[in-house]
Amino acid sequence: MGEVKLMKGNEALAEAAIRAGVDAYFGYPITPQSEVIEYLSREATKRTGMLVLQAESEVAAINMIYGAAGCGKKAMTTSSSPGISLMQEGLSYIASAELPCLLANINRGGPGLGTIQPAQGDYFQTTKGGGHGDYHLLVLAPYNVQEMADFVKLGFDLAFKYRNPVMILADGALGQMMEKVELPPQLPRENKEYPWATTGKPKNGERRIITSLHIQPEKMEEINLRLQRKYKQMEAEEVRYQTKNLEDAEYVFTAFGLVSRIALKAMDIGRQKGYKIGWIRPITLYPFPKKIYAEIAPKVKGILDIEMNAGQMVEDVMLSVQGKTRVEFYGRMGGVVPTPDEILENFEKMFIKGE
Amino acid sequence: MAGEVLDVVAEDIVRPENLVYRRPSALLDVDMHYCPGCGHSTVHKIFMEVVEEMGIQHDIIGVAPVGCSVFAYNYMDIDMQQAAHGRACAVATGIKRMLPDKFVFTYQGDGDLAAIGGNETLHAANRGENFLVIFINNAIYGMTSGQMAPTTIDGMVTTTSPYGRDPKTMGYPLKFGDLIAPLPGVAYVTRQAVNTVQNVRRAKKALQRALEYQKQGLGFCLVEIVSNCPSNWKMTPVESNKYVQNVLIPFYPLGDIKVPEVKK
Amino acid sequence: MTHEAIFSGFGGQGVLTMGMILGYAAIFEGKEVTWMPSYGPEMRGGTANCITIVSDEMISSPIISKFDTVVALNQPSIDKFEPAVKPGGNLLYDTSTTLKPPTRSDINIYSLPAGEIAVELKNTKVLNMIMLGAFLKITNVVSIDSIWKGLASVLPERYHKLIPLNQEAFMRGYNAITLKELVKV
Repeated sequence: MGEVKLMKGNEALAEAAIRAGVDAYFGYPITPQSEVIEYLSREATKRTGMLVLQAESEVAAINMIYGAAGCGKKAMTTSSSPGISLMQEGLSYIASAELPCLLANINRGGPGLGTIQPAQGDYFQTTKGGGHGDYHLLVLAPYNVQEMADFVKLGFDLAFKYRNPVMILADGALGQMMEKVELPPQLPRENKEYPWATTGKPKNGERRIITSLHIQPEKMEEINLRLQRKYKQMEAEEVRYQTKNLEDAEYVFTAFGLVSRIALKAMDIGRQKGYKIGWIRPITLYPFPKKIYAEIAPKVKGILDIEMNAGQMVEDVMLSVQGKTRVEFYGRMGGVVPTPDEILENFEKMFIKGE
Repeated sequence: MAGEVLDVVAEDIVRPENLVYRRPSALLDVDMHYCPGCGHSTVHKIFMEVVEEMGIQHDIIGVAPVGCSVFAYNYMDIDMQQAAHGRACAVATGIKRMLPDKFVFTYQGDGDLAAIGGNETLHAANRGENFLVIFINNAIYGMTSGQMAPTTIDGMVTTTSPYGRDPKTMGYPLKFGDLIAPLPGVAYVTRQAVNTVQNVRRAKKALQRALEYQKQGLGFCLVEIVSNCPSNWKMTPVESNKYVQNVLIPFYPLGDIKVPEVKK
Repeated sequence: MTHEAIFSGFGGQGVLTMGMILGYAAIFEGKEVTWMPSYGPEMRGGTANCITIVSDEMISSPIISKFDTVVALNQPSIDKFEPAVKPGGNLLYDTSTTLKPPTRSDINIYSLPAGEIAVELKNTKVLNMIMLGAFLKITNVVSIDSIWKGLASVLPERYHKLIPLNQEAFMRGYNAITLKELVKV
């Protein structure tokens, strides 16, 4: 067993970044995730020589990542909703230039400046692209502090496997709350050479160009087709999810991140009352675990999707079940967190009393 | 004149010992997309000459902007990254911080550097990032065909200042080099031009000095080059070079704005 | 067993630390724990609280609205969280700063003059430890030994000379509470 600590989600993520041998963090403070840059500023450079740079804006931070990632280095940032919006331009360029990097969005309530309380309103932005053009981030949704730590190394592994930006989509509560976390071992910084990385033109080889500009439509389409093939491969190889009680389920509660835990409790209370409720939690939001929903749909009377937004992931659930079962949605917005009781109450209203 | 006579003369002349002008090895042998007479090609050439002379072709990484010089990487035979509009100094920060022993430069136009990228440029300068910014100032947006730039001078006609720039409503022309020169992180700011042979030679010398300063780790260096845009100024190349001399240079005087203090 | 508690008071009173010490103590006993602070723009002097859940099983929601135990270090916390105590749950408060005591009859109400005890100990900063001692007497969710380990984990090394004072404060609070017959609900 590794070192066990009581840590905030933000701190666990920061500590995991040091231990994953990350080369650089570029960021800009924003509540509720400023602990990440504070923790790294305190700990990282002295321990591994990792660069920690407070940028002048999120716009600058994401472009510093572009530069560092283009050199084949492990570069990352974290922010919260308004800051992530500012990074969308850079993310589109990074996705197009096929650079690996890791981001975390500690989602707060919006739109606009909104609130600093937890929310999941950035699901669409995160899973459907976010910036301009046809691209996807690979999206991981942790549901506890342990996964806030674990998904850092996993995120970089996936980012380099696919040369694609990876986003950890968490929320203000996961960032701020403390839980028991078993820390991963310290890995060295790798200093690996990549044939695509701009580190100075090789003496016996071609120069490397990192760009997202391809003026010829045929060439740009070719790039798009390559990206789409990559996303298909992710869909085939990287889908991750967790289920409970699906064997005898007549209903399914589904949710991601923090809310999936609340839904789990609602399921337990519901089972005590005699409702046969199962549970699905997507861990990768992109690629979305379509298959498990398609498989369970014909076997159940309905799926209740619960989110801290106005209903975003529910669209992917509906696309996955293809009308094979009833899908209902319950959500709270603007930083309000639903309770297990209110989830169950709404479930009864929608599925039991109406029957 | 008979053709055979000329041939004989040419064969007689084209010999290594007679070489007075050639393409630098770090510049690729391809056609450039720049308009005839444009200063970009001259700056590309002299900068690649400096790279060749310093022997750093394998130790330099460039950042191309958005603007006419977005395709700089098609001509410079070195590793390069293409940055989003205005973000070159942020991208260069990422590169230089990861590879502090390599030479890093950005190549940016006036809109990219001083308008949309003003903040990135200012803060990279203020952090004293140890890289070179080559700033091509032709007082107009070339790639999007002739709109007003932050450096467009008072009264100058562009497609978005069709009656001449009126500073009262459109703001004043921005002297970005003068703006950042007082910052302690900035080592070297100079303003050059490539409209005459003498100015080309001086500009090349400035680019070389800037890379020497980078090697010494002195900090942020900005080499501004007052340049032309014959197409969008609607002038011949010769007229445009005269306009640089007679109109732009009086407002953007050439010479060093800040040089590193000599350590005793 | 799951115990859902909230510690609430003014910023600077050390309410977040109370939850952290309890959290660490729970970890040393192999229990699960979530500690969820209120976070907002206030720093000093504002209201602060943390929800601390200790359980033998996986904890589902870290954010809850009803509590087994409310520990209130000031009047606004009593006013705000008295209605949030589960029927049969506990409300613990400091009489030293309370003008309007809680009134519910379906919960167990405990109090002690923590502020005055802190003055006797010549250190008002240990108020939170006095209240934590009282909390543990009432709830018994972890052992006192684990609290000592938790205290050593939370307190930075350079303050470890203050451990005996904190332990004394904790025990004063612990011993100030006499368990009563629990409310029937």
